[in-house]
Amino acid sequence: MNRFAVPRWSLIASLLLLTLAAAIGSMLFGAVDLSVARLLAAASGNSDRVASIILFDLRLPRTILALAVGAMLGLAGAALQGYLRNPLAEPSVLGTSNAAALGGVAAIYFGIAELHPVMLPVLATGGALVSLALLFVLAGRAESPLTLILAGIAVGTLAVAGTSLALNLSPNPFAAMEIMTWLLGSLENRSFDHVWIALPCIAIGGAMLLWNGRALDALTLGEDAAQALGTDLRRTRLRLLVGTAIGVGGAVAVAGAIGFVGLIVPHLIRPLTDRSPSAILLPSAIGGAALLTLADLGVRIIPTTNELKLGVVTAFLGVPVFLIHLMRERRLW
Amino acid sequence: MVSITFDHVGVTLGRRAVVHNVSAEFGAGTLTAIVGPNGAGKSTLARAMLALVPASGTVAIDGTDVAAMPRSELARHIAYVPQGQTLHWPLTVERLVGLGRLPHLAPMSRISDADTAAIERAMARADVLELRDRIANELSGGERARVLFARALAVEAPALIADEPLASLDPGHQIDVMDMLRAEAAGGGLVIAVLHDLTLAARYCDRLLLIDRGRIVADGKPADVLTAERLRAVYGIDAAVETGGDWPTITVFGRACG
Repeated sequence: MNRFAVPRWSLIASLLLLTLAAAIGSMLFGAVDLSVARLLAAASGNSDRVASIILFDLRLPRTILALAVGAMLGLAGAALQGYLRNPLAEPSVLGTSNAAALGGVAAIYFGIAELHPVMLPVLATGGALVSLALLFVLAGRAESPLTLILAGIAVGTLAVAGTSLALNLSPNPFAAMEIMTWLLGSLENRSFDHVWIALPCIAIGGAMLLWNGRALDALTLGEDAAQALGTDLRRTRLRLLVGTAIGVGGAVAVAGAIGFVGLIVPHLIRPLTDRSPSAILLPSAIGGAALLTLADLGVRIIPTTNELKLGVVTAFLGVPVFLIHLMRERRLW
Repeated sequence: MVSITFDHVGVTLGRRAVVHNVSAEFGAGTLTAIVGPNGAGKSTLARAMLALVPASGTVAIDGTDVAAMPRSELARHIAYVPQGQTLHWPLTVERLVGLGRLPHLAPMSRISDADTAAIERAMARADVLELRDRIANELSGGERARVLFARALAVEAPALIADEPLASLDPGHQIDVMDMLRAEAAGGGLVIAVLHDLTLAARYCDRLLLIDRGRIVADGKPADVLTAERLRAVYGIDAAVETGGDWPTITVFGRACG
């Protein structure tokens, strides 16, 4: 018996409460703290102009993006770990996040990002879609998870090589710095334009991954048994590839490359469930939303000379959590 | 009454023809063992019944071509215990057995009382009720074999195919598994098992299908199929087949000479 397991409804309710608390905190705290009364007044349109701008132009889009990007990364990590039957899988394993990052870097490198703020996320999403096409060419019809991992490594490595090339050929240190800064991941200065780019991608990608729950459970018994239980492996793979590429691509497009969320959130959630892959999908999405929103809050309230980057905070959060969890759980994998 | 029919079935994997022109019919209430040497095509034949490999000819269940059936419908007709004891995540026994209800669940629906009752019945029949809260990965090989068998029983399909269910089990657990297969056939199920132990196959099964190099060499009652000449020709062994008791027993002396 899994001694840490809690009823599903209470796990989801607790995670939702945590996420709500994180979202409220994200609205209240930052360079200028808002009181609860001022926040409520701004929300109801009865506040001063400054509070209204802070809430609607800065904090609300930033919070929505933190919730959505975190949810997507947590969900994609859980789905990929289930599909590949590997607790070390994470969204970048398919190479789509690296490809999205390359799209963003290309936008900066060629100056396209300066034309309009949405050009960078648009190109990054395009990068993810190109990587999806490459994945289909390399591994679309094969059914082995190993083929998919190898194809993902090939696509990801190509994208990283392209990013390195852009850094290498940067015309000046400032351009290289801009690329490096974007790659570290951030939700600073994001607007509702970014929300409208990311949300549809994340909604479509997330729905496709959630639909795979039963198939992922069946894969616990291996591919033959899963098919004998009625699982269509080709459709499962198609939903996984398209869902991850679109969803994670959209997330990276607005937030940059943020690591560890997709790896650690399923590990934190799994002991609280019956450990079946379907049971961790939705809780991982909610947990990812809470974790990234809290990390983004940390970025704003931890006093540093320059604002911390979100990818740096998640990496610092992720490593110890993952190591402690690994030591506690290793007997059960 | 369920039936599975093979009509001139061939299977080619890569460039190698593994099964050649096999025709056979399997009916309800019968325990059939597919026997033959390693690489003879036994498991491929079993996998062809589940449309897990592309096959020429026709494999039909109750007259319907399995290749044309939706996977979920085929899954409700045939339960399958694959080779090995693969378990990728540490699920409890009850959760694992519950996977057998997947073919019956509509997308995004919850498990019903009928599904819960089927899981209880399957655990009771495979005698794993007392293991229900244990993590399946932590069980012994024999316990795990019973749990995986219960998972297949939870499908409550009219046909059951088990691929080498006795592998790596001690004699006691081998008998437990054969007793369970026998009970399923006695209850009206169509049961097919890929087996290597000829004496156990002869003791428990109504019918043996002897396969060699992808072709049926003999098909019939164990006493008729298992002859010293056939064992020599198919397995390359010198063996004595005793037919005086309730079932044939085989004593292997060694590799056939010449």
